[in-house]
Amino acid sequence: MIIVLLIIMLLVWVLWGSKVLKQYLLLDFLSGLQVTLKAFFRKKTTQHYPDEGEESPISPRFRGALALRRYENGEERCIACNLCEATCPALAITIESEPRDDGSRKTTRFDIDAFKCISCGLCQEACPVDSIVLTDEMHYSMLERGDNILTKDVLLDIGDLFESRIQKNLKEINE
Amino acid sequence: MNWLLIYILYSILIIAPLIVAVAYLTTLERKIIGYMQLRVGPNRVGFAGMLQPIADAIKFLTKELIFPTKSNWGLFLLAPQLMFVPSFLVWSVVPFDHNWVLADIDAGLLFVFAMTSLSAYGVLISGWASNSKYAILGAMRSCAQIISYEIAMGFSLVGVVMLSKSLNLKTIVLKQSGGFWNWYCFPLLPMLVVYWICAVAETNRAPFDVAEGESELVAGFHVEYSGMLFAVFFIAEYANMIFISVLTSLLFFGGWLSPFQGIPYLELLNIPGILWLGVKSSFFVFLYLWMRASFPRYRYDQLMMLGWKQLIPISITWIPILGLMIKLGWV
Repeated sequence: MIIVLLIIMLLVWVLWGSKVLKQYLLLDFLSGLQVTLKAFFRKKTTQHYPDEGEESPISPRFRGALALRRYENGEERCIACNLCEATCPALAITIESEPRDDGSRKTTRFDIDAFKCISCGLCQEACPVDSIVLTDEMHYSMLERGDNILTKDVLLDIGDLFESRIQKNLKEINE
Repeated sequence: MNWLLIYILYSILIIAPLIVAVAYLTTLERKIIGYMQLRVGPNRVGFAGMLQPIADAIKFLTKELIFPTKSNWGLFLLAPQLMFVPSFLVWSVVPFDHNWVLADIDAGLLFVFAMTSLSAYGVLISGWASNSKYAILGAMRSCAQIISYEIAMGFSLVGVVMLSKSLNLKTIVLKQSGGFWNWYCFPLLPMLVVYWICAVAETNRAPFDVAEGESELVAGFHVEYSGMLFAVFFIAEYANMIFISVLTSLLFFGGWLSPFQGIPYLELLNIPGILWLGVKSSFFVFLYLWMRASFPRYRYDQLMMLGWKQLIPISITWIPILGLMIKLGWV
Protein backbone atom coordinates (compact mmCIF):
# COMPACT_ATOMS: atom_id res chain seq x y z
CA MET A 1 0.00 0.00 0.00
CA ILE A 2 2.64 2.42 1.09
CA ILE A 3 4.72 1.50 -1.95
CA VAL A 4 1.80 2.29 -4.26
CA LEU A 5 1.39 5.65 -2.55
CA LEU A 6 5.10 6.36 -2.93
CA ILE A 7 4.97 5.47 -6.61
CA ILE A 8 2.01 7.79 -7.11
CA MET A 9 3.88 10.58 -5.32
CA LEU A 10 6.99 9.92 -7.43
CA LEU A 11 4.86 10.04 -10.59
CA VAL A 12 3.38 13.34 -9.49
CA TRP A 13 6.88 14.63 -8.91
CA VAL A 14 8.12 13.44 -12.28
CA LEU A 15 5.09 14.93 -14.05
CA TRP A 16 4.99 18.29 -12.34
CA GLY A 17 8.44 18.58 -10.81
CA SER A 18 6.94 19.54 -7.51
CA LYS A 19 9.41 21.29 -5.26
CA VAL A 20 7.29 20.66 -2.18
CA LEU A 21 7.08 16.93 -2.81
CA LYS A 22 10.82 16.78 -3.35
CA GLN A 23 11.18 18.43 0.03
CA TYR A 24 8.85 15.96 1.74
CA LEU A 25 10.51 12.90 0.23
CA LEU A 26 13.81 14.16 1.72
CA LEU A 27 15.55 13.75 -1.64
CA ASP A 28 18.02 16.54 -0.92
CA PHE A 29 18.85 14.92 2.38
CA LEU A 30 19.44 11.58 0.73
CA SER A 31 21.76 13.10 -1.84
CA GLY A 32 23.62 14.79 0.99
CA LEU A 33 24.03 11.49 2.78
CA GLN A 34 25.22 9.94 -0.47
CA VAL A 35 28.05 12.46 -0.77
CA THR A 36 29.40 11.66 2.69
CA LEU A 37 29.01 7.92 2.15
CA LYS A 38 31.12 8.15 -0.99
CA ALA A 39 33.74 10.10 0.92
CA PHE A 40 33.69 7.44 3.63
CA PHE A 41 35.13 4.86 1.22
CA ARG A 42 37.48 7.17 -0.65
CA LYS A 43 41.23 7.16 -0.07
CA LYS A 44 42.23 9.33 2.88
CA THR A 45 44.47 12.29 2.23
CA THR A 46 46.12 12.42 5.66
CA GLN A 47 49.91 12.43 5.69
CA HIS A 48 50.97 10.45 8.76
CA TYR A 49 53.70 12.90 9.57
CA PRO A 50 56.12 11.31 12.05
CA ASP A 51 55.71 7.91 10.37
CA GLU A 52 56.03 9.18 6.81
CA GLY A 53 56.76 12.43 5.06
CA GLU A 54 60.02 13.24 6.90
CA GLU A 55 61.70 13.39 3.50
CA SER A 56 59.26 15.95 2.11
CA PRO A 57 61.09 19.01 0.70
CA ILE A 58 61.87 21.99 2.92
CA SER A 59 62.38 25.50 1.59
CA PRO A 60 65.99 26.71 1.74
CA ARG A 61 64.58 29.80 3.43
CA PHE A 62 63.01 27.73 6.23
CA ARG A 63 63.76 29.39 9.57
CA GLY A 64 64.49 26.63 12.07
CA ALA A 65 67.13 26.23 14.78
CA LEU A 66 69.60 29.09 15.32
CA ALA A 67 73.31 28.49 14.75
CA LEU A 68 76.68 30.32 14.73
CA ARG A 69 79.07 29.50 11.92
CA ARG A 70 82.86 29.15 11.63
CA TYR A 71 85.32 29.80 8.81
CA GLU A 72 86.90 26.78 7.20
CA ASN A 73 90.03 27.17 9.34
CA GLY A 74 87.92 26.77 12.48
CA GLU A 75 87.90 30.46 13.44
CA GLU A 76 84.47 31.67 14.51
CA ARG A 77 82.95 34.17 12.13
CA CYS A 78 81.33 36.47 14.66
CA ILE A 79 83.13 39.80 15.03
CA ALA A 80 80.98 41.09 17.89
CA CYS A 81 79.55 43.98 15.89
CA ASN A 82 76.31 43.75 17.95
CA LEU A 83 74.14 44.39 14.86
CA CYS A 84 72.04 41.30 15.54
CA GLU A 85 71.50 42.35 19.13
CA ALA A 86 70.43 45.78 17.95
CA THR A 87 68.08 44.53 15.28
CA CYS A 88 66.45 41.73 17.28
CA PRO A 89 62.80 42.80 17.75
CA ALA A 90 62.27 40.35 20.60
CA LEU A 91 65.45 41.32 22.51
CA ALA A 92 66.41 37.66 22.60
CA ILE A 93 70.16 38.17 21.96
CA THR A 94 72.68 39.19 24.64
CA ILE A 95 76.28 39.85 23.59
CA GLU A 96 79.38 40.72 25.63
CA SER A 97 82.74 41.10 23.93
CA GLU A 98 86.39 42.07 24.51
CA PRO A 99 89.60 41.97 22.43
CA ARG A 100 91.39 38.68 22.36
CA ASP A 101 95.17 38.27 22.90
CA ASP A 102 95.84 38.38 19.14
CA GLY A 103 94.03 41.71 18.94
CA SER A 104 90.82 40.51 17.20
CA ARG A 105 87.54 41.44 18.82
CA LYS A 106 85.51 38.36 19.73
CA THR A 107 82.46 37.69 21.86
CA THR A 108 82.89 36.34 25.36
CA ARG A 109 79.20 35.75 25.71
CA PHE A 110 76.58 35.15 23.02
CA ASP A 111 73.26 34.03 24.51
CA ILE A 112 70.00 33.63 22.66
CA ASP A 113 66.83 33.02 24.65
CA ALA A 114 65.00 30.55 22.42
CA PHE A 115 61.71 31.31 24.18
CA LYS A 116 61.97 34.99 23.31
CA CYS A 117 63.15 34.32 19.76
CA ILE A 118 60.36 34.72 17.22
CA SER A 119 62.36 33.18 14.36
CA CYS A 120 62.01 36.32 12.24
CA GLY A 121 65.46 35.95 10.68
CA LEU A 122 66.37 39.65 11.05
CA CYS A 123 69.64 38.74 12.82
CA GLN A 124 70.64 36.69 9.80
CA GLU A 125 69.81 39.64 7.54
CA ALA A 126 71.82 42.01 9.68
CA CYS A 127 74.93 39.89 10.08
CA PRO A 128 77.78 41.27 7.89
CA VAL A 129 79.84 38.06 8.05
CA ASP A 130 77.07 35.45 7.73
CA SER A 131 77.86 34.25 11.22
CA ILE A 132 74.41 33.86 12.78
CA VAL A 133 72.03 31.85 10.61
CA LEU A 134 68.75 30.04 10.94
CA THR A 135 69.17 26.45 9.81
CA ASP A 136 66.44 24.40 8.17
CA GLU A 137 66.41 21.99 11.12
CA MET A 138 63.01 21.80 12.79
CA HIS A 139 63.41 18.79 15.08
CA TYR A 140 64.65 20.32 18.29
CA SER A 141 63.18 20.79 21.72
CA MET A 142 64.04 21.97 25.23
CA LEU A 143 63.45 19.36 27.88
CA GLU A 144 64.81 21.08 31.01
CA ARG A 145 64.20 24.53 32.44
CA GLY A 146 67.18 26.67 31.45
CA ASP A 147 67.85 24.81 28.21
CA ASN A 148 66.10 27.64 26.42
CA ILE A 149 69.21 29.84 26.84
CA LEU A 150 71.34 28.88 23.86
CA THR A 151 74.93 29.76 24.78
CA LYS A 152 77.74 30.46 22.35
CA ASP A 153 79.13 26.91 22.62
CA VAL A 154 75.76 25.35 21.88
CA LEU A 155 75.17 27.65 18.93
CA LEU A 156 78.63 26.92 17.49
CA ASP A 157 78.01 23.19 17.92
CA ILE A 158 74.71 23.47 16.04
CA GLY A 159 76.54 25.40 13.32
CA ASP A 160 79.23 22.69 13.04
CA LEU A 161 76.56 20.00 12.87
CA PHE A 162 74.57 21.57 10.02
CA GLU A 163 77.38 23.42 8.16
CA SER A 164 76.90 21.50 4.91
CA ARG A 165 73.15 22.12 4.87
CA ILE A 166 73.64 25.79 5.74
CA GLN A 167 76.06 26.24 2.85
CA LYS A 168 73.74 24.44 0.44
CA ASN A 169 70.75 26.56 1.49
CA LEU A 170 72.70 29.84 1.32
CA LYS A 171 73.88 28.93 -2.16
CA GLU A 172 70.30 28.19 -3.26
CA ILE A 173 69.04 31.47 -1.83
CA ASN A 174 71.79 33.47 -3.54
CA GLU A 175 71.02 31.87 -6.87
CA MET B 1 17.48 -11.39 49.64
CA ASN B 2 18.30 -13.60 46.70
CA TRP B 3 16.07 -11.86 44.20
CA LEU B 4 17.66 -8.53 45.09
CA LEU B 5 21.12 -9.87 44.28
CA ILE B 6 19.84 -11.29 41.03
CA TYR B 7 18.35 -7.97 40.02
CA ILE B 8 21.60 -6.19 40.86
CA LEU B 9 23.42 -8.72 38.70
CA TYR B 10 20.98 -8.15 35.85
CA SER B 11 21.44 -4.39 36.12
CA ILE B 12 25.21 -4.77 36.00
CA LEU B 13 24.83 -7.03 32.98
CA ILE B 14 23.00 -4.19 31.24
CA ILE B 15 25.03 -1.24 32.48
CA ALA B 16 28.56 -2.61 32.05
CA PRO B 17 28.27 -3.35 28.31
CA LEU B 18 26.42 -0.08 27.90
CA ILE B 19 29.28 1.94 29.38
CA VAL B 20 31.76 0.12 27.16
CA ALA B 21 29.52 0.82 24.17
CA VAL B 22 29.30 4.50 25.11
CA ALA B 23 33.08 4.73 25.47
CA TYR B 24 33.68 3.14 22.11
CA LEU B 25 30.93 5.16 20.47
CA THR B 26 32.86 8.37 21.21
CA THR B 27 35.89 6.97 19.39
CA LEU B 28 33.74 5.52 16.65
CA GLU B 29 32.17 8.92 16.12
CA ARG B 30 35.55 10.58 15.69
CA LYS B 31 36.66 7.78 13.40
CA ILE B 32 33.57 7.78 11.19
CA ILE B 33 33.32 11.55 10.90
CA GLY B 34 37.04 11.61 10.18
CA TYR B 35 36.63 9.07 7.41
CA MET B 36 33.78 11.09 5.91
CA GLN B 37 36.01 14.17 5.91
CA LEU B 38 38.87 12.23 4.26
CA ARG B 39 40.85 12.11 7.50
CA VAL B 40 41.71 8.99 9.48
CA GLY B 41 40.64 10.05 12.97
CA PRO B 42 42.40 8.97 16.17
CA ASN B 43 44.97 6.26 15.44
CA ARG B 44 47.75 6.78 17.98
CA VAL B 45 46.59 4.97 21.14
CA GLY B 46 46.66 1.23 20.67
CA PHE B 47 46.04 -0.47 17.33
CA ALA B 48 44.22 2.00 15.05
CA GLY B 49 43.13 4.01 18.10
CA MET B 50 41.41 1.09 19.82
CA LEU B 51 42.51 2.23 23.30
CA GLN B 52 41.52 5.86 22.74
CA PRO B 53 38.39 5.68 24.98
CA ILE B 54 40.50 4.38 27.88
CA ALA B 55 42.95 7.25 27.44
CA ASP B 56 39.98 9.65 27.34
CA ALA B 57 38.53 8.16 30.51
CA ILE B 58 41.84 8.53 32.36
CA LYS B 59 42.08 12.11 31.19
CA PHE B 60 38.56 12.92 32.39
CA LEU B 61 39.11 11.24 35.76
CA THR B 62 42.35 13.06 36.49
CA LYS B 63 41.16 16.51 35.46
CA GLU B 64 40.28 19.09 38.04
CA LEU B 65 36.64 19.89 38.77
CA ILE B 66 36.18 23.63 38.44
CA PHE B 67 33.17 25.34 40.00
CA PRO B 68 32.29 28.83 38.81
CA THR B 69 32.44 31.19 41.81
CA LYS B 70 28.88 32.42 41.52
CA SER B 71 27.37 29.11 40.54
CA ASN B 72 24.76 27.36 42.62
CA TRP B 73 26.98 24.41 43.40
CA GLY B 74 24.25 22.12 44.73
CA LEU B 75 22.26 22.37 41.51
CA PHE B 76 25.52 22.43 39.58
CA LEU B 77 26.30 18.96 40.92
CA LEU B 78 22.73 17.73 40.61
CA ALA B 79 22.26 18.56 36.92
CA PRO B 80 24.64 15.98 35.40
CA GLN B 81 23.08 13.29 37.55
CA LEU B 82 19.60 14.31 36.40
CA MET B 83 20.81 13.66 32.86
CA PHE B 84 22.72 10.51 33.68
CA VAL B 85 20.21 8.56 35.77
CA PRO B 86 17.22 8.64 33.37
CA SER B 87 19.44 7.78 30.41
CA PHE B 88 20.42 4.56 32.18
CA LEU B 89 17.02 3.93 33.75
CA VAL B 90 15.26 3.59 30.37
CA TRP B 91 17.31 0.51 29.64
CA SER B 92 15.40 -1.43 32.29
CA VAL B 93 12.38 -1.90 29.99
CA VAL B 94 14.29 -2.78 26.85
CA PRO B 95 13.73 -6.40 25.73
CA PHE B 96 17.01 -7.71 24.32
CA ASP B 97 15.62 -11.14 23.49
CA HIS B 98 12.51 -13.24 24.12
CA ASN B 99 12.99 -13.34 27.87
CA TRP B 100 15.87 -10.92 28.31
CA VAL B 101 14.08 -7.99 29.87
CA LEU B 102 14.71 -6.58 33.32
CA ALA B 103 11.30 -4.99 33.93
CA ASP B 104 8.55 -6.37 31.72
CA ILE B 105 6.05 -3.61 32.54
CA ASP B 106 2.87 -3.01 30.56
CA ALA B 107 3.38 0.74 30.21
CA GLY B 108 6.90 0.32 28.84
CA LEU B 109 6.56 2.87 26.06
CA LEU B 110 5.14 5.46 28.47
CA PHE B 111 8.01 4.81 30.84
CA VAL B 112 10.47 5.38 28.01
CA PHE B 113 8.73 8.64 27.21
CA ALA B 114 8.82 9.82 30.81
CA MET B 115 12.48 9.02 31.18
CA THR B 116 13.65 10.59 27.92
CA SER B 117 11.72 13.77 28.75
CA LEU B 118 13.41 14.05 32.14
CA SER B 119 16.66 15.04 30.45
CA ALA B 120 15.10 18.48 29.85
CA TYR B 121 15.39 19.12 33.59
CA GLY B 122 19.06 18.27 33.63
CA VAL B 123 19.72 20.61 30.74
CA LEU B 124 17.72 23.48 32.23
CA ILE B 125 19.20 23.12 35.71
CA SER B 126 22.77 22.88 34.43
CA GLY B 127 22.28 26.02 32.38
CA TRP B 128 20.74 27.88 35.29
CA ALA B 129 23.22 26.74 37.94
CA SER B 130 26.27 27.61 35.83
CA ASN B 131 25.40 31.32 36.03
CA SER B 132 26.81 31.87 32.55
CA LYS B 133 25.26 33.56 29.54
CA TYR B 134 26.18 30.85 27.07
CA ALA B 135 24.99 28.10 29.38
CA ILE B 136 21.59 29.68 29.98
CA LEU B 137 21.11 30.38 26.26
CA GLY B 138 21.97 26.79 25.43
CA ALA B 139 19.69 25.47 28.15
CA MET B 140 16.72 27.59 27.01
CA ARG B 141 17.16 26.51 23.41
CA SER B 142 17.53 22.89 24.37
CA CYS B 143 14.44 22.92 26.57
CA ALA B 144 12.24 24.57 23.95
CA GLN B 145 13.52 22.08 21.41
CA ILE B 146 12.93 19.02 23.57
CA ILE B 147 9.42 20.14 24.50
CA SER B 148 8.36 20.91 20.92
CA TYR B 149 9.79 17.77 19.40
CA GLU B 150 8.31 15.59 22.12
CA ILE B 151 4.85 16.28 20.69
CA ALA B 152 5.64 15.11 17.17
CA MET B 153 7.54 12.15 18.58
CA GLY B 154 4.56 11.16 20.74
CA PHE B 155 2.18 11.37 17.79
CA SER B 156 4.46 9.29 15.64
CA LEU B 157 4.57 6.59 18.31
CA VAL B 158 0.78 6.58 18.51
CA GLY B 159 0.91 4.74 15.19
CA VAL B 160 2.94 1.96 16.74
CA VAL B 161 0.51 1.71 19.63
CA MET B 162 -2.46 1.64 17.22
CA LEU B 163 -0.98 -1.25 15.27
CA SER B 164 0.20 -3.32 18.22
CA LYS B 165 -2.61 -2.38 20.64
CA SER B 166 -0.08 -2.48 23.45
CA LEU B 167 2.41 -0.28 25.28
CA ASN B 168 4.56 -3.21 26.32
CA LEU B 169 7.74 -3.18 24.27
CA LYS B 170 7.95 -6.97 24.24
CA THR B 171 4.42 -7.29 22.88
CA ILE B 172 5.12 -4.63 20.28
CA VAL B 173 8.11 -6.62 19.02
CA LEU B 174 6.27 -9.94 19.08
CA LYS B 175 3.41 -8.43 17.04
CA GLN B 176 5.91 -7.82 14.25
CA SER B 177 6.98 -11.45 14.05
CA GLY B 178 6.70 -13.48 10.87
CA GLY B 179 9.14 -12.05 8.37
CA PHE B 180 10.45 -8.57 7.68
CA TRP B 181 7.34 -7.61 5.67
CA ASN B 182 5.46 -7.57 8.97
CA TRP B 183 7.72 -4.93 10.47
CA TYR B 184 6.07 -1.63 11.31
CA CYS B 185 8.52 0.40 9.22
CA PHE B 186 6.42 -0.27 6.11
CA PRO B 187 2.90 0.82 7.16
CA LEU B 188 4.44 3.55 9.34
CA LEU B 189 7.09 4.88 6.96
CA PRO B 190 6.13 8.59 7.30
CA MET B 191 5.87 8.07 11.06
CA LEU B 192 9.30 6.48 11.07
CA VAL B 193 10.84 9.46 9.29
CA VAL B 194 9.10 11.89 11.64
CA TYR B 195 10.09 9.81 14.63
CA TRP B 196 13.72 9.63 13.58
CA ILE B 197 13.99 13.38 12.95
CA CYS B 198 12.39 14.05 16.34
CA ALA B 199 14.66 11.55 18.03
CA VAL B 200 17.75 13.25 16.64
CA ALA B 201 16.41 16.59 17.86
CA GLU B 202 15.47 15.08 21.21
CA THR B 203 19.00 13.86 21.87
CA ASN B 204 20.45 17.24 20.82
CA ARG B 205 22.54 15.78 18.03
CA ALA B 206 23.58 17.41 14.76
CA PRO B 207 21.94 18.82 12.66
CA PHE B 208 19.68 19.82 15.56
CA ASP B 209 22.44 20.53 18.10
CA VAL B 210 21.54 24.20 18.60
CA ALA B 211 21.82 23.59 22.35
CA GLU B 212 25.53 22.91 21.99
CA GLY B 213 26.16 24.99 18.89
CA GLU B 214 29.91 25.12 19.35
CA SER B 215 30.31 27.92 16.83
CA GLU B 216 27.90 30.25 18.67
CA LEU B 217 27.58 29.07 22.27
CA VAL B 218 30.98 27.39 22.80
CA ALA B 219 29.39 24.25 24.23
CA GLY B 220 25.91 25.37 25.24
CA PHE B 221 24.56 24.22 28.57
CA HIS B 222 27.74 22.44 29.68
CA VAL B 223 30.31 25.19 29.05
CA GLU B 224 31.17 25.57 32.71
CA TYR B 225 31.60 21.88 33.42
CA SER B 226 34.98 20.22 33.55
CA GLY B 227 36.50 16.86 34.28
CA MET B 228 34.24 14.00 35.25
CA LEU B 229 31.09 16.15 35.53
CA PHE B 230 31.50 17.02 31.86
CA ALA B 231 32.09 13.36 31.08
CA VAL B 232 28.82 12.46 32.82
CA PHE B 233 26.95 14.75 30.41
CA PHE B 234 28.62 13.04 27.53
CA ILE B 235 27.95 9.54 28.81
CA ALA B 236 24.28 10.48 29.21
CA GLU B 237 24.13 11.92 25.70
CA TYR B 238 25.72 8.89 24.09
CA ALA B 239 23.70 6.43 26.16
CA ASN B 240 20.60 8.26 24.93
CA MET B 241 21.82 7.99 21.36
CA ILE B 242 22.30 4.24 21.68
CA PHE B 243 18.95 3.92 23.40
CA ILE B 244 17.09 5.79 20.68
CA SER B 245 18.74 3.56 18.09
CA VAL B 246 17.69 0.44 19.98
CA LEU B 247 14.17 1.80 20.46
CA THR B 248 13.86 2.53 16.74
CA SER B 249 14.81 -1.02 15.87
CA LEU B 250 12.41 -2.35 18.53
CA LEU B 251 9.42 -0.29 17.43
CA PHE B 252 9.84 -0.24 13.67
CA PHE B 253 12.29 -2.98 12.72
CA GLY B 254 11.22 -5.98 14.73
CA GLY B 255 13.77 -5.79 17.54
CA TRP B 256 15.48 -9.10 18.16
CA LEU B 257 13.41 -10.88 15.49
CA SER B 258 15.26 -12.33 12.54
CA PRO B 259 14.32 -10.81 9.17
CA PHE B 260 14.45 -14.32 7.68
CA GLN B 261 11.38 -15.57 9.54
CA GLY B 262 9.04 -17.36 7.18
CA ILE B 263 11.64 -17.70 4.43
CA PRO B 264 12.45 -21.37 3.79
CA TYR B 265 16.02 -22.53 4.58
CA LEU B 266 17.15 -19.06 5.70
CA GLU B 267 14.97 -19.19 8.80
CA LEU B 268 16.87 -22.28 9.95
CA LEU B 269 19.94 -20.12 10.56
CA ASN B 270 20.40 -20.04 14.32
CA ILE B 271 21.52 -16.49 14.98
CA PRO B 272 20.85 -15.23 18.51
CA GLY B 273 18.24 -12.49 18.75
CA ILE B 274 20.49 -10.04 20.56
CA LEU B 275 22.79 -10.08 17.53
CA TRP B 276 19.95 -9.02 15.25
CA LEU B 277 19.05 -6.25 17.67
CA GLY B 278 22.70 -5.20 17.74
CA VAL B 279 22.99 -5.13 13.95
CA LYS B 280 19.76 -3.16 13.54
CA SER B 281 20.57 -0.60 16.19
CA SER B 282 24.18 -0.28 15.00
CA PHE B 283 22.85 0.94 11.70
CA PHE B 284 20.90 3.70 13.45
CA VAL B 285 23.89 4.65 15.57
CA PHE B 286 25.82 4.90 12.32
CA LEU B 287 23.01 6.99 10.84
CA TYR B 288 23.38 9.44 13.74
CA LEU B 289 27.07 9.92 12.98
CA TRP B 290 26.43 9.91 9.25
CA MET B 291 23.88 12.71 9.60
CA ARG B 292 26.25 14.67 11.80
CA ALA B 293 28.95 14.44 9.14
CA SER B 294 26.55 15.43 6.35
CA PHE B 295 24.30 18.26 7.40
CA PRO B 296 24.90 21.80 8.63
CA ARG B 297 23.16 22.93 11.81
CA TYR B 298 19.59 24.19 11.60
CA ARG B 299 19.00 27.81 12.49
CA TYR B 300 16.92 28.07 15.64
CA ASP B 301 13.77 29.50 14.04
CA GLN B 302 13.97 26.97 11.20
CA LEU B 303 14.18 24.25 13.81
CA MET B 304 11.00 25.43 15.52
CA MET B 305 9.29 25.86 12.16
CA LEU B 306 10.18 22.31 11.15
CA GLY B 307 8.92 20.91 14.42
CA TRP B 308 5.61 22.72 14.64
CA LYS B 309 4.66 23.32 11.00
CA GLN B 310 5.93 20.17 9.30
CA LEU B 311 6.48 17.23 11.61
CA ILE B 312 3.42 17.60 13.84
CA PRO B 313 0.96 18.00 10.88
CA ILE B 314 2.52 15.02 9.08
CA SER B 315 2.22 12.75 12.08
CA ILE B 316 -1.32 13.94 12.88
CA THR B 317 -2.45 13.36 9.28
CA TRP B 318 -1.02 9.87 9.20
CA ILE B 319 -2.98 8.76 12.28
CA PRO B 320 -6.46 8.83 10.58
CA ILE B 321 -4.97 7.34 7.41
CA LEU B 322 -3.52 4.55 9.52
CA GLY B 323 -6.88 4.09 11.24
CA LEU B 324 -8.52 3.76 7.85
CA MET B 325 -5.88 1.26 6.77
CA ILE B 326 -6.48 -0.81 9.90
CA LYS B 327 -10.25 -0.60 9.38
CA LEU B 328 -9.95 -1.80 5.79
CA GLY B 329 -7.60 -4.55 6.91
CA TRP B 330 -4.62 -3.47 4.79
CA VAL B 331 -2.14 -3.78 7.63
